[in-house]
Amino acid sequence: MEPESSRGGSASIGKAVKIVGQIFSREDLFVDGDVEGTIELVDHKLTIGPNGKVHAGVKAREVVALGVIQGNVDASERIDIRKDAKLVGDIKTARIVIEDGAYFKGSIDIVKSEPKVTPSQPRPQPAAAVATPVAAGAGVSDAKH
Amino acid sequence: MSLLSNRLKGFWRGPGSSVEAASPANGGGVPQRPAPRPGRKEELEVRQSRGLEQFFGSFRGQAGLSILDLGGASQENINFITSLGHKFYSEDFLRIFQETFGDDVADQSNPGRIDYFLRQSLEYTDEQFDGVLAWDVLEYMEPALLSATADRLLRVMKPQGYLLAFFRSDDREKTAPYYIFRIQDLRTLQISQHGERALPSQLFNNRRLEKLFQKFQTFKFFLTRDRLREVIVRK
Repeated sequence: MEPESSRGGSASIGKAVKIVGQIFSREDLFVDGDVEGTIELVDHKLTIGPNGKVHAGVKAREVVALGVIQGNVDASERIDIRKDAKLVGDIKTARIVIEDGAYFKGSIDIVKSEPKVTPSQPRPQPAAAVATPVAAGAGVSDAKH
Repeated sequence: MSLLSNRLKGFWRGPGSSVEAASPANGGGVPQRPAPRPGRKEELEVRQSRGLEQFFGSFRGQAGLSILDLGGASQENINFITSLGHKFYSEDFLRIFQETFGDDVADQSNPGRIDYFLRQSLEYTDEQFDGVLAWDVLEYMEPALLSATADRLLRVMKPQGYLLAFFRSDDREKTAPYYIFRIQDLRTLQISQHGERALPSQLFNNRRLEKLFQKFQTFKFFLTRDRLREVIVRK
């Protein structure tokens, strides 16, 4: 299965990759591997592929879940939870689509989309799809599989 | 028409078939539970529900409440509840039930397993929910587990909170269809059947239900002509 976000122009984490740490991205991201930590995509779309396992807090404009997410999700525009996905955590979003068969445990807060405002202060400039090791024993681990 | 379809029609009769009742009746036996048999073709039925109407009527004019749906997340229920301005909580109670106990009926009397199950399915802070939509999930449980679950539900509900639950009454058959309940509006449910599950492990007549919910402040049910009880209890 090749989700739309895995096409050209987006970053991708393959199914044999495990990342422990923080991911910041300024482009769409497709995760089909394991991620522990946090994922933040400013104004972009995050897709958790069918093999993806994310144990992380997630913040993105749009989230599409086909795999597993364990953690809270803040999807400013929408979240799409597909049939075989599993999501355990609290969701904050403007719009949710959930297919029959998806497993969801947690709460849903529907928040209206805020109009975009130009930030008065520049945000820190994260590199695209960079994994930052977290403290105390964290780091990019070996590939599974 | 298939057997399942006939049973669905019999179970969910239509609007205008309910009467309010509150009198006790006789007890019943405890049959064994065969394994669930999912995978049948989905069948749909739409019906009016006075229980549902009363449940949401109790919250009329309020917003920002916390509503727990034990039937798993469905698009319709999420849309409906969040459109009223409430916060939606989801638990796929029967899935956790099946994963925890499988077909082991005896395990449902094991205090350690009961505790584990409740930690998986109802691990919330005390007095968190204004309303709980239990649908029919409670009737698949053996007495010890059911009693512990009712106590836990009482604990996680706010004072004056409401719980809605459905019980087939004197159904003595060995298996029963299981359903997903989708809210269409304040008084209408779409019920989709997703195969068969083991029969409710005990019979739910008035006396048993009153005993089950005895720690709640009020207990009321709507008995339909097809002997379904739509139970509303208030903490």
